[in-house]
Amino acid sequence: MKYIDEYRDERLARALAAEISRQVTRSWVLMEICGGQTHTLMRYGIDELLPPQIELVHGPGCPVCVTALETIDKAIQLASRPEVTLVSYGDMLRVPGSHSDLFRVKAGGGDVRVVYSPVDALNVARANPERRVVFFAIGFETTAPANAMAAWQARREGLRNFSMLVSHVLVPPAIRLLLNSPGNRVQAFIAPGHVCTVMGYREYEALSREFRVPIVVGGFEPVDLLEAISMLVAQLEAGRAEVENQYVRSVCYEGNLPAQRIMQEVFEVCDRKWRGVGPIPQSGLKLRPEFAAHDAEQVFELADVATEEPAVCISAQVLQGLKKPVDCPAFARTCTPENPLGAPMVSAEGACAAYYQYRRHAVKA
Amino acid sequence: MCLAVPGKILEVEERDGSRIGRVQFGGITRPAYLDFVPEAVVGDYIMVHVGFAISRVNAEEAARTYELLEEMGLLESEGLGPESSPDTGGDAP
Repeated sequence: MKYIDEYRDERLARALAAEISRQVTRSWVLMEICGGQTHTLMRYGIDELLPPQIELVHGPGCPVCVTALETIDKAIQLASRPEVTLVSYGDMLRVPGSHSDLFRVKAGGGDVRVVYSPVDALNVARANPERRVVFFAIGFETTAPANAMAAWQARREGLRNFSMLVSHVLVPPAIRLLLNSPGNRVQAFIAPGHVCTVMGYREYEALSREFRVPIVVGGFEPVDLLEAISMLVAQLEAGRAEVENQYVRSVCYEGNLPAQRIMQEVFEVCDRKWRGVGPIPQSGLKLRPEFAAHDAEQVFELADVATEEPAVCISAQVLQGLKKPVDCPAFARTCTPENPLGAPMVSAEGACAAYYQYRRHAVKA
Repeated sequence: MCLAVPGKILEVEERDGSRIGRVQFGGITRPAYLDFVPEAVVGDYIMVHVGFAISRVNAEEAARTYELLEEMGLLESEGLGPESSPDTGGDAP
């Protein structure tokens, strides 16, 4: 495990940790939404550096983890068709569907390809006009403008063999759901820095006012997160509840307006089911009717599949911050990154994988 | 998944109504779309997510972030790991 003496900004990190200890007078529960931030917190042992009064719980900000099981099953169904090339971000391949995963479909001869950018997906369609190319478009607001560009470009070019299986999700409705939940323990949030780079943080002000909850937009480096935690603790201790921006080097209040424009042109807000969480109203993005020719759900007849999660897996509670990965009886025993039972063990951003990778279970044992 | 990697714009060209930068990430150069950062010019540092720039940052912060991502082994998920060959993938249309 990595500790504070390995920080590049060791002195700053120590000063921030000391400042947090100095400020805190009682127990507080903080949540970071973004899986990338969970990764940093575990990697650098920030949770163990904080005073014992500060508890960090990990949010649902891992698009790979929250993509509905039904949608994974649809992707598997599509990838199994002989005429289809399914194009996906790499993390999705190992995510367990009801009965299989995309990696196994690929191993069995299915045409499944990994890309790093939606532009690569378009290129696969251009280079293979005889194939029906489906891009598995997942992600939060950070990824939505890029994926929107792919649909926009395909429509402009009349790229008829290109469609998208869209499973986009939005952060603020998930925060609202967590705050409305009767079991909620979270008293302050670190908002995701790259989602806010695109969207700004106007939406978070409404949440902060309505629920009287402090929110700080945070970056991804250890010092960013320590500073964000310090800002949240200062608000909590003073009884303030407002939105502040720690990640000023990338985030401005309005966000990225050209990126928001393309999102609005291509996508519209819809209800969306989150794996492990359930349906959240107005929490997703789908293609507008003008893009129906590139919407895989409309282009293909996809059978509804009855889905089933492994009973032992507690990823639902983990994704809502109600339990920690180490609370799961399967964690690091029958569930490992090589043989994941739930999606949070697959993605590098999943809380279970982060705990596993940094041997948090060994520390607890 | 919401990872963004800083890089430096070496060149800019216009193609099909899009501005595309040749962007240097450590030792690797790859194209990145600049449609969302119309103000960015050659020499600027940008944060790139799945082949698209989402913001502009200053040089010093970009260098620090890049080193950290490298140390954390997170560049691979954006196709910028040690095995990635230069100028592959993400090619412009």
